Amino acid sequence: MQKLLAWIDDRFPLTKVWEEHLAKYYAPRNFNFWYYFGSLALLMLVMQIVTGIFLTMHYKPDTGLAFASVEYIMRDVEWGWLLRYMHSVGASFFFIVVYLHMFRALLYGSHRNPRELIWLVGMLIFVALMAEAFMGYLLPWGNMSYWGAQVILSLFDAIPLVGPILAEWMRGDFVVSDATLNRFFAFHVIAVPLILAALVFVHIVALHKVGSNNPDGVEIKKKKGPDGIPLDGIPFHPYYTVKDIVGVTVFLMLFSAVIFFAPELGGWFLEPDNFVPANNLLTPPEIVPLWYFTPYYSILRANTFAFFGIEAKLWGVIFMGLAIVFFFFLPWLDRSPVKSIRYRGWMYKTALAIFVVAFLTLGYLGTQPAAGPNLIIAQVCTVLYFAFFVLMPLYTKIDKTKPVPERVTTK
Amino acid sequence: MSEEGVNPRRRRLLVITSGLGIVGAAFAATPFVLSMMPSARAKAAGAPVEVDISKIEPGQLLTVEWRGKPVWILRRTPEMLKSLSADTKVLADPKSEVTDQQPSYAQNEARSLKPEYLVLVGICTHLGCAPAQRLQAGAVSGLGDEWPGGFFCPCHGSKFDLAGRVYKNVPAPTNLVVPPYSYLTNTRLIIGVDKKGAA
Repeated sequence: MQKLLAWIDDRFPLTKVWEEHLAKYYAPRNFNFWYYFGSLALLMLVMQIVTGIFLTMHYKPDTGLAFASVEYIMRDVEWGWLLRYMHSVGASFFFIVVYLHMFRALLYGSHRNPRELIWLVGMLIFVALMAEAFMGYLLPWGNMSYWGAQVILSLFDAIPLVGPILAEWMRGDFVVSDATLNRFFAFHVIAVPLILAALVFVHIVALHKVGSNNPDGVEIKKKKGPDGIPLDGIPFHPYYTVKDIVGVTVFLMLFSAVIFFAPELGGWFLEPDNFVPANNLLTPPEIVPLWYFTPYYSILRANTFAFFGIEAKLWGVIFMGLAIVFFFFLPWLDRSPVKSIRYRGWMYKTALAIFVVAFLTLGYLGTQPAAGPNLIIAQVCTVLYFAFFVLMPLYTKIDKTKPVPERVTTK
Repeated sequence: MSEEGVNPRRRRLLVITSGLGIVGAAFAATPFVLSMMPSARAKAAGAPVEVDISKIEPGQLLTVEWRGKPVWILRRTPEMLKSLSADTKVLADPKSEVTDQQPSYAQNEARSLKPEYLVLVGICTHLGCAPAQRLQAGAVSGLGDEWPGGFFCPCHGSKFDLAGRVYKNVPAPTNLVVPPYSYLTNTRLIIGVDKKGAA
């Protein structure tokens, strides 16, 4: 065995990779609950890829066959219902995990210097994931699939000059059609997953270069023992691999509970209108994306005014784009001398709380008709959403902070 | 980067080669990018559609499919036509001045060749939903007590009158599209062809 390992190590840095990334990768010893979601996101990526591979063995990307092939998977394929539900529920759980993973960064300043690149790559992963989910949602060719794609693709029509041609190019037709379904299939099963895998690799390499942040937001590499190992660091393996197994176990319990007892989760994970085949002459009474897109969908339709010579529709598209673009700039918008919320003052805490409430409210309103008081609340929440980012350089700078300890703390 | 020890000839050749490489890559990418445009089959499927309008009752709306889009043919009653000039202040573009939204022969108050028959693409100019028909005047839930009749997009609340003209302060920016069409006889319409030829 030792000989075999030596033989491999002469030809491939196996032991070196193992030690650098697991056995001798020192992570802060004070990780808490919020640090489960990185490894859970990785788990979900693997889960979606594996279940997806098996679904493609039975699915047909053809407008005449797609809807029936999904029903075929659900009824006739051995265990097909389980694979399909794991994939559809998996998409929602992937977003739950990723949103919590991102929220962790806002709590403990994980996006701040020196981890800006990890954050930027992470945001690219988030955008790729949204594209992946959007294209995957067209594949069952249900009526909501069809009209959801129709609405989002016609957003590109709003771009001046090149918009209509661009939308035609993306659809491959004058309307969402067989050409669109076929190419979305290609993107969903191979192009975007490859990009996602590459980005996740870069995300982790960048993380292991600078080392993990922690709930205190102090750099453990600043206090090293005589052996050069951070005093507050413990090897990722076995300490955190074992901890993550606990997280995975609890997570899979919840995941299984939804798959087995409420796979549609009352329309939140699979919409009722998607159990009807796509019909290009009949719009569902209310076109609603799945929950993980609804905050942005709310922002898209919140604006009903034309100003600066730009029509209301284009502003909606611009606002929706900005709602995501602002996230990319977070590491530079935040001017606080401390990273972790534990040592921040009331201003950041209040701002973050308002942001979370606005985000959740927008998410809920995105599932409701946009008229009357709903519209006004959505407009207020959109303003609050953007205020969190735009005012951040101001309130993080004047906010009172508490002294940060030299080393990490544990209760 | 230090310029020391750089052979200027080699540097120049390197720049030229890299530049040509980029141009070559752009040429090589062209077939891949263009393969995603609508195919010859998709373009051919956009052929004109003939419609028999003799059986449409006054006040009735017929939906036909043209290029995969729903096209409405509404036979308007005299009351419906009267309502078009009633209150044009609530409309964003009452005179159909945005010329992309209709052929020039439909740039009139009724937005049609013959006022009685309205031909519209039934897709909201906001985000492509299908607006619902609220043709009857009177009290309509969500639209107030004095709705003059028209179309209402349930997705984002855009409102249109019985000529497909958009209301002010709704998300849709422009009037509904009037497709190119012409009369073959008094009772037969062809959608997608007008005197200028096929669209």
